[in-house]
Amino acid sequence: MDKPKIAFYWCASCGGCEEATVDLAEKILDVVNLVDIVFWPVAMDYKVEDVEKLPDGSITASFINGGVRLSEHEEMVKLLRRKSKLVIAYGACSSWGGIPGLANLYSREEILRYVYHEAPTVENPQKIQPQLRIKAEEGITLELPEFLPRLLPLDLVVDVDYYVPGCPPTPEVTWKAIETLLSGNLPAKGSVLGALDKSLCYDCPLNETKPEKVLIKEIKRPHEVIADPTKCLLIQGLVCLGPVTRGGCGALCIKAAMPCTGCFGPLDEVIDYGGKAISYFASIVDYSDEQEIEKTLGKILDPMGIFYRYSLPASRLRGKITIAER
Amino acid sequence: MREVVINPITRLEGHGKIVIVLDDAGNCVKAYLQVPELRGFEKFAVGRHAEDMPQITPRICGVCPTAHHMASTKALDDLYKVEPPEPAKKIREMFYNIFMVEDHALHFYILAGPDFIVGPRAPKEERNVVGVIKKVGTEVGLRIIQMRKKLRKLMEMIGGKTIHPVFGLPGGISKPLSQEAVETARKVSEEAVQFAEFTYKIFKDIVIANKEYLDLITSEAYTHRTYYMGLVDEKNRLNFYDGKIRVVSPRGTEYAKFDVHQYLDHIAEHVEPWTYIKFPYLKKIGWRGFTDGEDSGVMSVAPLARLNVADSMATPRAQEAYEEMYETLGGKPVHHTLANHWARVIEIIYAAERFRELANDPDIESKEVRNLPTATPEEGIGVVEAPRGTLIHHYQTDPNGIIKKANLLVATQHNAARIALSVDKAARNLIKQGKIDQGILNMVEIAFRSYDPCHACGTHSLLGNILLKFYLYDMNGRLLEIIDSEELVMAGKSG
Repeated sequence: MDKPKIAFYWCASCGGCEEATVDLAEKILDVVNLVDIVFWPVAMDYKVEDVEKLPDGSITASFINGGVRLSEHEEMVKLLRRKSKLVIAYGACSSWGGIPGLANLYSREEILRYVYHEAPTVENPQKIQPQLRIKAEEGITLELPEFLPRLLPLDLVVDVDYYVPGCPPTPEVTWKAIETLLSGNLPAKGSVLGALDKSLCYDCPLNETKPEKVLIKEIKRPHEVIADPTKCLLIQGLVCLGPVTRGGCGALCIKAAMPCTGCFGPLDEVIDYGGKAISYFASIVDYSDEQEIEKTLGKILDPMGIFYRYSLPASRLRGKITIAER
Repeated sequence: MREVVINPITRLEGHGKIVIVLDDAGNCVKAYLQVPELRGFEKFAVGRHAEDMPQITPRICGVCPTAHHMASTKALDDLYKVEPPEPAKKIREMFYNIFMVEDHALHFYILAGPDFIVGPRAPKEERNVVGVIKKVGTEVGLRIIQMRKKLRKLMEMIGGKTIHPVFGLPGGISKPLSQEAVETARKVSEEAVQFAEFTYKIFKDIVIANKEYLDLITSEAYTHRTYYMGLVDEKNRLNFYDGKIRVVSPRGTEYAKFDVHQYLDHIAEHVEPWTYIKFPYLKKIGWRGFTDGEDSGVMSVAPLARLNVADSMATPRAQEAYEEMYETLGGKPVHHTLANHWARVIEIIYAAERFRELANDPDIESKEVRNLPTATPEEGIGVVEAPRGTLIHHYQTDPNGIIKKANLLVATQHNAARIALSVDKAARNLIKQGKIDQGILNMVEIAFRSYDPCHACGTHSLLGNILLKFYLYDMNGRLLEIIDSEELVMAGKSG
């Protein structure tokens, strides 16, 4: 019997998800024995034409990381969708947009102006900008993929079967996801693989120090305080998103005395991660006076970057829509 | 005229495409390396809490997140005018050198290794890490895998996460090292030094001892005479974590040496219409197009550039290897692009030796790892040598530490012009009379691969395009259709 065929692809990603796969270490040799990798640009020399030649539906599973930001990403994920039985959104960016999704707070024009004309190092008197199609000196036409008006999570572009959370997913989470897929006992479509439906607090080594009911009188930014690494960071006033974030990461940031920033995303049934996080924080401020509440929460000057850091494109807010775009 | 396209180029970080133009006789007349990638970090940094930048900017590159984390953390030290305690600086530098060992090893064995260990013209099915393991044997393969795993596990103990570390804060680090981390560091650093020696031996046995490879390295097809840039310490020795930026000319003499705060006087960026990457160059010399030589502002960074820039290496085994390379290749500076592989292995030795020095420094056991900032923030600049070259982060904030402006000059960008030159020259030298096959095309890819480029880094910025297009979304934000404005007009559907 032929081994299952697997593809890995990246869209607007950083390569961290590829590194996370390499971090399977010895287990990567098991993976190579169990499956045939038919496309993996970071590590193998197969080209797009090799994928095009495969029969439709012949790839068992495609793991796609990164959000869809360019027309090329859109074409590639549609191609892989056609060739694959299963498509897996691997990591925070393809699941909900990830950190590059914060670009949706700005219009293309604002960004373009800054990058090509205003950035302090740019010398561009002729006001050149990259073009979708340009005639080169040699007479050929060079094409660039289009930069889409906003970044989209994978499931707003193609049908997605499963999600693997994390920025990036840890090797343990990745391995659990692979085991589930290879077991033949597939969970319901749309499930999150590799991590349970339990908040990070359940995994957290500091959970014993977290009181039944958390109440805070002051919010502190990480650079303002030397945190006690043996005590719940939340009750020390740090914005730790553990209570509203899926566990499974091993509480790595907290073990380094830094608060959770939410990269494992929402628990099942939560529609808007950022909204959930904001409502949680509003509920633990230990004041009844409105001005005091405002003063306390006012310490968070960047709610988008704090609460929607990994999920803006998949949220109810989605980002900024400019008049030109409308 | 016809074109041959390599899409995507492979075994690098990020996206890229090579368009090779052939004349009627089938000779290559030009090759373009296009970078189809962009995201926009500098713009969406605006509005963020400055202290979040060491966690946001690593997402520019998950292969070198530590480089961005560290450049950003150092920019925050500068922003808040707060000096970290000596132990914190040593722990940061140790962490950084551990990262350099594993990152360079990743490139040597997994990304570029297949070209030398399996062979540049080997069938593409074998030209990968699995082929490398087959060639060197499972035992050696496991040694490489386990070394990487130990180094990265140690990074997790120190920095929180390996991919996207979290421990850097203005004025130090978030937490002292545990006793377990200190002991592990001491043990693993010994193994790292042995691993570096072992890697150097593999490189010499497989590459340098093979005349065919040595001829390839020194061939004109892979040679450019450009300026070189990198960080050096007070004795002009290579340093990854800190120092002054030094530039040497194609003749090897010092052209400039400056503190990173003066970077705007020395570096500017050029824009081309056929790629999304911008091309930094030496500002005072100016942009003279894609050409090398002393009159062209094109420069190069990363391992070979760093060794060309440094007068010597700060550790003994690395110094020996450094001397050996220049002796074999005919003195400084070396202009052969493929010598980057050699320089990279020498840097693995340096990084491992420096890691061992710092791991055995009693200071790293100190609990004094943080000075709290008191100054009102306004502007901060930080620099490190990323594996792929000089990396600069520059932030301006309001008095509450909210980013107002960010400028990032990233390693692969500094190399972008020379990489474009390299791909073009290799293709023109190798593709003649229509003779073209997978092996030859990989020989063109080898030209960029030796730089270990990271196009995710190179194109952290993002831009739009001038064509007007309409995007139809449904109520859930699902993209339904993209319509060109031209199509609308032609179909009479406008308005």
